[in-house]
Amino acid sequence: MSGLGVFFRRIWPQLLTLAVIVGLISVMFPGFFDISIANGRLYGSPIDILNRGAPVALLAIGMTLVIATRGIDLSVGAVMAICGAVSAWGITAGYGLGATLLMALSAGLACGLWNGLLVAVLGIQPIVATLILMVAGRGIAQLITEGAILTFNHEGLIFFGSGSILSVPTPVVIWVLTGALVTLVVRRSALGMLIEAIGVNLRASTLAGVNTRVLLIAVYMASGLCASLAGVIAAADIRGADANNAGLWLELDAILAVVIGGTSLLGGRFSLIASLVGALVIQAVNTGILLSGFPPEFNLIIKAVIILIILVLQSPAMRTLLVFFSRDPRGVAETEKETVTP
Amino acid sequence: MPESDASQPLLRARGVRKVFPGTIALDGVDFSLAAGEVHALLGENGAGKSTLIKCLTGAYRRDGGEILLDGKAIDPKGTVDAQNYGIGTVYQEVNLLANLTVAENLSLGHQPTRFGMISTRRMNAHAREVLSHYGLEIDVTRTLDSYSVAVQQVIAIARAVTLSGKVLILDEPTASLDAQEVEMLFTVIRSLRERGLGIVFISHFLDQIFRICDRLTVLRNGRLVGTETTSAIDRVDLVNMMLGRELEHEVRSHGKIHSGTGGTRLSFSGFGRRGRIEPFNLEIQAGEVVGVAGLLGSGRTETAEVLFGVAAHDSGKATDGDGTALNLASPRDAIAAGFGFCPEDRKTDGVIADLSVRENIALALQARIGWMRRISDREQKAMANDYIRKLDIRTPDAEKPVGLLSGGNQQKVMLARWLVTNPSFLILDEPTRGIDVGAHAEIIRLIEDLCTQGMSLLVISSELDELVAYSHRVIVVRDRHHVAELTGADITTDNMVRAIAAPDREAVA
Amino acid sequence: MNARFLPLLATLAIFLVAYAICYAQYPAMLSTRVIGNLLTDNAFLGIVAVGMTFVILSGGIDLSVGSVIAFAGVFIAVMLRDTGLHPLVVFALLLTLTTLFGAAMGATIHFLEMPPFIVTLAGMFLARGMAYVLSIDSVPITHEFYDTLQKIYWLMPGKGRLTLIGGLMLLVFVAGALLAHRTRFGMNVYAVGGGTHTAALMGVPLGRTTVGIYALSGFLAGLAGIVFSIYTSAGYSLATVGVELDAIAAVVIGGTLLTGGSGFVAGTLIGVMIMGLIQTYIIFDGTLSSWWTKILIGMLLFAFIVLQKGLVWTTAKRRIAGG
Repeated sequence: MSGLGVFFRRIWPQLLTLAVIVGLISVMFPGFFDISIANGRLYGSPIDILNRGAPVALLAIGMTLVIATRGIDLSVGAVMAICGAVSAWGITAGYGLGATLLMALSAGLACGLWNGLLVAVLGIQPIVATLILMVAGRGIAQLITEGAILTFNHEGLIFFGSGSILSVPTPVVIWVLTGALVTLVVRRSALGMLIEAIGVNLRASTLAGVNTRVLLIAVYMASGLCASLAGVIAAADIRGADANNAGLWLELDAILAVVIGGTSLLGGRFSLIASLVGALVIQAVNTGILLSGFPPEFNLIIKAVIILIILVLQSPAMRTLLVFFSRDPRGVAETEKETVTP
Repeated sequence: MPESDASQPLLRARGVRKVFPGTIALDGVDFSLAAGEVHALLGENGAGKSTLIKCLTGAYRRDGGEILLDGKAIDPKGTVDAQNYGIGTVYQEVNLLANLTVAENLSLGHQPTRFGMISTRRMNAHAREVLSHYGLEIDVTRTLDSYSVAVQQVIAIARAVTLSGKVLILDEPTASLDAQEVEMLFTVIRSLRERGLGIVFISHFLDQIFRICDRLTVLRNGRLVGTETTSAIDRVDLVNMMLGRELEHEVRSHGKIHSGTGGTRLSFSGFGRRGRIEPFNLEIQAGEVVGVAGLLGSGRTETAEVLFGVAAHDSGKATDGDGTALNLASPRDAIAAGFGFCPEDRKTDGVIADLSVRENIALALQARIGWMRRISDREQKAMANDYIRKLDIRTPDAEKPVGLLSGGNQQKVMLARWLVTNPSFLILDEPTRGIDVGAHAEIIRLIEDLCTQGMSLLVISSELDELVAYSHRVIVVRDRHHVAELTGADITTDNMVRAIAAPDREAVA
Repeated sequence: MNARFLPLLATLAIFLVAYAICYAQYPAMLSTRVIGNLLTDNAFLGIVAVGMTFVILSGGIDLSVGSVIAFAGVFIAVMLRDTGLHPLVVFALLLTLTTLFGAAMGATIHFLEMPPFIVTLAGMFLARGMAYVLSIDSVPITHEFYDTLQKIYWLMPGKGRLTLIGGLMLLVFVAGALLAHRTRFGMNVYAVGGGTHTAALMGVPLGRTTVGIYALSGFLAGLAGIVFSIYTSAGYSLATVGVELDAIAAVVIGGTLLTGGSGFVAGTLIGVMIMGLIQTYIIFDGTLSSWWTKILIGMLLFAFIVLQKGLVWTTAKRRIAGG
């Protein structure tokens, strides 16, 4: 039983879903896989999926960690708006790129710290605690932009939205790197196991000496940091900070990506890669609908259908039904298989 | 045949059988309950008491046997259905809604209505009326959580009796009550008996059984041991019926004498926390096993929790053998000081059910060395396999989620979790509760091994024989005080029982 | 004093203090005109917040209501434009539709045992998507019956107007309060919010109650949609984005415990009024920007969540101490 085998057994449903959707699109649009290079940057529908999917992919990274602790972060969309606003404000106020980015990322971390304190120290339910910032966050963002769409023309900042590194669009580089880095940190250190332990049983983890309070705060701060990256990308993409619409409802897309990725909303075992594939599934559907000429509004209906399918597949009721039909409870079958494997 | 005669029992179970994957929880158990009697149902954890209750009330579908109420076969489909037949149940954790008022709790689902609207006035009046039969004169418009657990318990009984009216099943109703509250509950039970109800009473407290019950039925490992009249049996007989086996160590009638050569390992002075455990002094030698005896809720678990920093102490101080002060404000502090703690409730406080045996064993050590330095998979696996062998943990492999193991094996995983951290002081709260006989003996042997290796242990147990078997010293806890300390030859079950049963300080004063 | 009334009293106190501050600065704010406008402007929010109160009391959440209101507006506008049906018939059709929609979500939550959050999220996408499918553009409503409806009002003393929709909202609150506090259904809602498992043991029909709660929320969201269409004379699929958040905020500021089981329908009315008052004050002031509304509401949310947490904590503490 190799590590790679376990990994693929975990994420094949997500990969299959993505393959089916991409397959469907490419059947309908034979030109789908055409990739070209122009002005030193890759173009084409697959690149577009990777590029447009950047904000949700980034949010999904933080959201996966939060959900693994049995939490949820509803505020990430609003935090995106705040950080976008901070970066636009910083660059127009002439702070320079480095300082501006630092301020934007700090704003994200601060938002995460606030959520983390409410959850870990005051013991407020995550859905309730993060609702506060979800409601107030856009007001704060508007406060920073003073209600207008704060535009900027700084090439350095714009690079994060529409530039490219080795002909790969910058947003793609950022989310792939972030995803790889977080996966590495979480799996090479003991963080992954400790986060899963907290998600399964917070009290028992505390009694085993796990520093649950600090870890919970850290997880929400990671989510805030991912949201600030997404916020900077979104602002750089449109060359302005739109406090009203930046990241609007993206928290829901991010949660959806995590759910598609198979991480349970009840916490515990998580897979960042699966969540990222989930984010790509969402974006592939978006792109597919755009290509097919349907009004983009159909997206919502398709998303609803996806949620419903996942709900039905994951529901405990369905599982009992499957057991009833197969007369071969999966858990038992798998254990037996594992005992045979040397 | 079903014609009723005078001796016909109110409720009768014949040959009830219930099988779970891997275990036979009930193997052809008979049980009968007469009207106007209090009938105790006894047995160790896992004997099948709660399974029998759940079969009687329809919470479980039985796999065999029949249940007769007033001579007629019944087949309740669930708690509510059983209630309609006349069988009401009150569980240990009060099964009422804390956010509703007392009156609403009493009438939920049966509120008096007028034109579809609930008549609050009539509902409240009815509640006051009902509760007056139980000697309760309380404001029924306040939410249930404004009242103590004992009052809530009586309200739960009142609801069950009002809705069912023939059979009342009380599942450990006294577990979290103090002596005075138990008295209040007993008054209620006696008056219900006079009203002709059949009452099934489940309790761990033997003296309560002897005080209130007319007959008793003992189960062991899913089988019926026997039914006796309480007045015709003494405590020794009863304990024999329940345990039915001689502990390996039972030949010894008193505790061991500690050599005292290891030197002092830890000393606590004036250690306590308001509202949980009164300040106590405690000194523990290297290689010594200190037993803690006391009833549930006496402050024995609280002692462990204060020592381990789960509920941080607010008075006194702790020092190690060299006299250096120890900071024990949180579990992390305690672990840093070389402590380990296996809590009583393994499911909620102990194991991380979805994680593997390997991860559960590595967890405490990993938490101690910090998240940066991950214990590699290979080391974790070696560690886990080592203890799977040493402690004989029955699992197909180290990757099995620990939640799928049996209670005894989960307990061993908990022990392994702490043993890999190589603690100098290990606290075990009810380490043998709810585990099978074989694992039971193994854990006792392990405790002895650990102390010969020089580890100090504090073991809380409600099985006094067991404490006699391995303790060098026994602390008796009663009413949140450490009331007695027995050493060496003084450690006998009799002495412990006497100390536990001694009248309360307040009563003496 | 009974601790469960404390959040309600806090809400009331905040409302009175806020109104006093407003009055001190702008005496004109204490007039039946302003009050009439407050009721009219927030009528749709109030109605949908009543439904949300039931959902939250049961320990659930309904994210779909904003989308359902938008769908309702577009549905009515399109039906009136393309068919010759009388508005009342369209209303009846719409209410049936949204009630069934809510019931379907309730059934999904109960029978698939999935968290309300994610189920109603699907509902939110679905309703908004259906609104888009009907029409992407804003569809004006020009029907003489609508003109009649909009002209109905009761002139209060002081020349304030209690419009039809404002009055309807008050009526919904009265009906909601009766339903919550004086019927078995209402009691079952509180019971489910207090603990699903215990409620089931005590004989509460979980399935029927859950389906009923979300059906009620769907019905009231449909009704709020009708009110909103009367208020704006149009149906627009991009309208009322985020109203579910306003409704949740109103319920929580109204003193209902966000985790369920405790609260009052009347509190929600005050919660809606507090939110309306903040907006009115900002309009009166003229120099303050609209984003302060969101920030203030966020702060109020925080205050109430902490207050509730504190109450739960002190009750638990008192009991441990043997009270």
